[in-house]
Amino acid sequence: MDMFLTVIGALNVGFLQTLKLFAVTLIGALPLGLIISFGSMSRFMPLRWLTKTVVWIIRGTPLMLQLLILFFVPGIVLDSGSPWPSGESGRFLASAIAFIINYACYFSEIYRGGIQGVPCGQQEAGEVLGMTKSQIFLHVTLLQMVKRIVPPMSNEIITLVKDTSLARIISLQEIIWAGYAFIKSSHGYSGLVWPLFFTGVYYLAFNGVLTLLFGWVEKKLDFFQ
Amino acid sequence: MSILEVHHIEKHFGATRVLEDISFDLEQGQALAIIGSSGSGKTTLLRCLNFLEKPDKGTISVAGNLIFDAADPATQRESEVRKKRLHFGLVFQSFNLFPQYTALKNVTLARELLAQEQPGFKENKKKILEEIQADGRELLAKMGLSERADHYPSQLSGGQQQRVAIARALALHPDILCFDEPTSALDPELTGEVLRVIRELAEQRTTMIIVTHEMAFARDVADQVIFMDGGVIVEQGDARQVIEHPREERTRQFLSRYAEG
Repeated sequence: MDMFLTVIGALNVGFLQTLKLFAVTLIGALPLGLIISFGSMSRFMPLRWLTKTVVWIIRGTPLMLQLLILFFVPGIVLDSGSPWPSGESGRFLASAIAFIINYACYFSEIYRGGIQGVPCGQQEAGEVLGMTKSQIFLHVTLLQMVKRIVPPMSNEIITLVKDTSLARIISLQEIIWAGYAFIKSSHGYSGLVWPLFFTGVYYLAFNGVLTLLFGWVEKKLDFFQ
Repeated sequence: MSILEVHHIEKHFGATRVLEDISFDLEQGQALAIIGSSGSGKTTLLRCLNFLEKPDKGTISVAGNLIFDAADPATQRESEVRKKRLHFGLVFQSFNLFPQYTALKNVTLARELLAQEQPGFKENKKKILEEIQADGRELLAKMGLSERADHYPSQLSGGQQQRVAIARALALHPDILCFDEPTSALDPELTGEVLRVIRELAEQRTTMIIVTHEMAFARDVADQVIFMDGGVIVEQGDARQVIEHPREERTRQFLSRYAEG
């Protein structure tokens, strides 16, 4: 029983870090993705191509590689050494930035699809009624876009929950790191395999909650077509 | 003085000339029908009047005020255009109602947003919004849709949706109400209810421009008719005169297709 409580305690600490990375990524990537999507739809060609190139690079390379580069390369290149704070806070900051940029690029494409999926007649109807561009976006396009992007977004966000485990590559102490520690040695135990399996229960439970949440949102938006 | 004067409008899409030297006047309280086959430029002309397309040449004046001059960029600034386009209302072929709002909200939304920009809105917010709501309900009642005010567009038939769209366009009290083939997206049994509403508006001397394929309707409801072909006005004049006794050979050919059908 003692062992069980010890393991659960350690996994909880790891899961908290997982949740933190998940939440911070969403908070940063959801708005940043929208800005990037505006860039990729810009009528100003240089901006559009720059945005598309960045999205191509970020989506075209592994997140794990991006994490490694962001965390280690600045320290090698800069004379002043690694710019990241030492310890877990530095690892978290680097992870959060890499995750936000990576996920913002994916989100931007989902947003773009959602915005371009709204018929242009909606925009025109707003225009002839004397609405400004921002009024049209806020009062006409936005909710229709949200309705369109809920299914692909839920996919991406559930992937994000599991992708947080990639941060282990720079030793972020998230839940897999915590579970894996018991195989080596941790809290006086070593060679324990089941804690690693048990981390799966956390992921399953959390993604279950998210799935219910997205189902609820989709239902809430069912009132129009 | 004419409420609307259009002079020498020209519009290109790339190398294709869609409108060429379009000029016409419209008197207050009159209905003008624009007829012609698909691709003749009539919808583009309507979109130019509503600032959805920018003419390459020509001028547009409303009630004697020059509101668009292709040669004068000052008339094309976005903030200016926003105010000026309120001279016109537009009813689309495909309705373009906002699906996430009820019929009533579709009618009131634009006016609410305009009211918010007025000074003194905050102090009288409740009263102003109530007034807009009451006006909206009255317009829907005029369209025979009192019972449907709280329905979403997806819960309405095509004919009902188009009547909501007409109420929405009327809510901002445009000087000139434009219709872009208002019944073309409707099942034949639903066109009647929309045409009836437009006919009533004509009887109340609403100034209107109607792009339509309904020849009998154009003849009976419109005062003036313009027949367009290949981006030019081939013939214009009194509606009954043009449709029953066209002078031009091309008009005759076009109308004969309707007589047979």
